[in-house]
Amino acid sequence: MSVLGSYLHRHPRLRLAGLLSAPLLWLVVAYLGALAVLLVSAFWTVNGFTGEVVREFSLQNFRTLLSEEVYRAVTLRSLGVAAAVTGICVVIATPMAFFMAKVASSKYRNWLVIAILTPLWASYLVKAYAWRILLANGGPIDTLFGGPGNGPGYGLFATIIVLSYLWLPYMILPIYAGLERLPDSMLEASADLGARAGRTFRAVVLPILIPSVIAGSIFTFSLSLGDYITVQIVGGKTQMIGNLVYANIGAANNLPFAAAIATIPVLIMVIYLVAVRRSGALEEL
Amino acid sequence: MTLSLPARWALRLFMGFGLLFIYVPLMLVLVNSFNGDRTFAWPPHDWTTRWWSAAWENEGARSALFTSVQAGLAATGIALVLGTMVAFAVQRFAFFGRDTVSLLIILPIALPGIVTGIALDSAWRSVMGDLGVSKGLFSVVVGHATFCVVTVYNNVLARLRRTGTNLEDASADLGASPFQTFRYVTFPMIRSALLAGGLLAFALSFDEIIVTTFTAGPGVTTLPIWIFNNLFRPNQAPVVNVVAAVLIVLSVLPVWLAQRLAGPSAGTSRT
Repeated sequence: MSVLGSYLHRHPRLRLAGLLSAPLLWLVVAYLGALAVLLVSAFWTVNGFTGEVVREFSLQNFRTLLSEEVYRAVTLRSLGVAAAVTGICVVIATPMAFFMAKVASSKYRNWLVIAILTPLWASYLVKAYAWRILLANGGPIDTLFGGPGNGPGYGLFATIIVLSYLWLPYMILPIYAGLERLPDSMLEASADLGARAGRTFRAVVLPILIPSVIAGSIFTFSLSLGDYITVQIVGGKTQMIGNLVYANIGAANNLPFAAAIATIPVLIMVIYLVAVRRSGALEEL
Repeated sequence: MTLSLPARWALRLFMGFGLLFIYVPLMLVLVNSFNGDRTFAWPPHDWTTRWWSAAWENEGARSALFTSVQAGLAATGIALVLGTMVAFAVQRFAFFGRDTVSLLIILPIALPGIVTGIALDSAWRSVMGDLGVSKGLFSVVVGHATFCVVTVYNNVLARLRRTGTNLEDASADLGASPFQTFRYVTFPMIRSALLAGGLLAFALSFDEIIVTTFTAGPGVTTLPIWIFNNLFRPNQAPVVNVVAAVLIVLSVLPVWLAQRLAGPSAGTSRT
């Protein structure tokens, strides 16, 4: 034991290799390997008669994706939903996080953090289900608007609202963490030097806010982009990228085409992640 | 920035509405689980506890709960080991590709769940299927562990950054072997971070539905899958409502635990 220990102590590279081997093996084999298989199978096709997967290179899936109107429409709709959800979350989260970090007293602040954290532990499905009840025909929201059918009901709008509801804490927490690190004295200094609230916000708060918002947006954007469960629960007939993938795996039993569709959100998220990596937002996660 | 009194009140009001927005839907589920009307007419006319006893006796919900706990514990265990190892490697060593490693860890939760799910599904079908290993609880655990690693990794990494290596160096200088140093110095330092990360990993796994849908073998039903399967069946609605209410009440537990065991800063980062 001690011989091995001192041997390892003298050979840090060996220690590093020991530490990295199992996790990397797992992530590279189980995850990157799976992603690679997915990518490769996107170029396969399915025999229309037998339903068997034909393992031969073909661009047919991507040709279909690019040529048929419905796929472009669904991609744009999903992007729009993800962007709208991210926007709504930023608008709601920023004042809340600012209040928590800069206005509330420190005793009160801890309770607010707990209040924002607790719903994160409540099940995703339960929250979506709660909104299904809220938005039901003749449900509480309809009653609020004066009778069955008066509320927004299920559909695209409901999808955006519910996704915003689901991911809101993921936006509040990074913004709060960022603002908390901003010393109050900086705000006071800015005011002492004659800056008005607006100028202080632009020059002092915003540089802290932007990386935090980007960190939060990785969650709100990515989680919305791939969602197909909430859409099924409150979206009515609305379809997003996830629904198409799901339909092609399940009912259509066309795994290669589902894989081809799934490359769309991967591409979008990889571009997004590479773009924000430079901003230092990944450190905020 | 010295905020004016009206601005403070506006923010306070906004915070209040924000909290209402977050909590009203959850409260509604709790209230509805006592709604006596089978169709959940709103507002409720009479109250009952019979849905609660019906849910308690529901065989499907119970075995789904058991499956979820099994998958969650296994995935958390794997995530604890792998996440801690990577955190040590990234924090204590400088090596080529370190940034890539941290990106690789984040990738499973940064990519949409459906992508992770379908990737594991197709890999399992075309590789493990050929080896004769069919999907079951094990494939669910593999999927969950993959995206749970990041929660442990982030918590341990943050802790290692804060504590530094002084105590470990002192321990080594005083003649402790690396294993003694780990056992008596390093491990106690990261224990609460492991707990916070492990709790998050378990919660993430317990709640997961998308990856689970694609990796679960036939007959493997986790609680989220059970809820989803019964969500659109009107005659199951009362039981689903009670299960949902129970999950909401239970969600207070880990937060309380983290607060008790690790101080207020623990668990503030979900990932």
